[in-house]
Amino acid sequence: MDFLSNYIYYIGAFGLIFIGLFIILVKHNLIKVIIGIGILDTGVNLFIVAVGYISKGTAPIFSKSGLDAKNMVDPVPQALVLTSIVIGVAILALALSLAIRLYQHYGTLDLRKIKEQRW
Amino acid sequence: MRKIIGIILLIIICWGIILALHKIPFGIPKTKVGEYYIDKGREETGAANIVTSVVVNYRGFDTLGEVTILFLAAIGLGAVLSNFKEKGKRKIELASLILKTGCRFLFPLILLFGAYIFIHGHLTPGGGFQGGAIIASAFLLVYLGCRGRIFNEVGCKITESLSGLVFIVMGLIGLTVGGHYFLSNFMLTGQINTLFSAGIIPIIYIAIGLKVGSELTGVIDNLMEKS
Repeated sequence: MDFLSNYIYYIGAFGLIFIGLFIILVKHNLIKVIIGIGILDTGVNLFIVAVGYISKGTAPIFSKSGLDAKNMVDPVPQALVLTSIVIGVAILALALSLAIRLYQHYGTLDLRKIKEQRW
Repeated sequence: MRKIIGIILLIIICWGIILALHKIPFGIPKTKVGEYYIDKGREETGAANIVTSVVVNYRGFDTLGEVTILFLAAIGLGAVLSNFKEKGKRKIELASLILKTGCRFLFPLILLFGAYIFIHGHLTPGGGFQGGAIIASAFLLVYLGCRGRIFNEVGCKITESLSGLVFIVMGLIGLTVGGHYFLSNFMLTGQINTLFSAGIIPIIYIAIGLKVGSELTGVIDNLMEKS
């Protein structure tokens, strides 16, 4: 139980990452693969934020005067995750547009039937 | 077969990650640079929100790259969907009066909320990217609610280019006038926790907010019109 309470955020984040990877490896439908990329992205973001967490810490914003700087969580992972979220959105939009073009060209989204995409 | 190979691959990756991570404890301070930003960030940048001061001031160059990536993705999406063959006009079903009036009522309020988010980025949680996403959601509401409205695409592009220019020009002014590095904070930092504080951070965040908002609106426009 001690292990679980110490590492629960890591376990959740890597659970999401593995679900995303499994979808990418196994599924045949292109839309499902893109959804897997989205889930993997969320897991990575959650992991980076969890690394910067400090027990019983507050958000790194000095909105009131009585806040203690020692109790604040690390701001650097949060700033990096901000970058990562925006890039994730950009990647998803580009992937969806490519999926639209593939569907228009081949008439299907099944990766087994698209000849150049077979693995 | 693919499932078995996938599960074996995942188990190998999982084992490697456990080996790497089991010595890293959870919930204790780990980096010196984060402590430095929290201790000195208020005096050096004047922003109450330390994450904002990291994003725009200490790592402003990173943010410029991020904005460039979003711009490239929007351009790439437009290029991929550009010569799309029209399969005949789609039948547009007009929305009911209640939906239209609701959209017209909510649209300026959502714009106002997005502007609030990115203007107060140095004081409260939020910032340019979040505010830009909210502004794009307002345009998405118009798209879904009031069919048949056409956006001014040229205005979108002009806003986007001008705000990108503002970002780079502020960086170049910092290079010449300020501390001899790109995007240095050359303006007065002012009183902390007030709206007119933190030097160049609010200006750059307003530029980022407008740029992200118009870019995401362009993405929505491309995806809705050409697919």
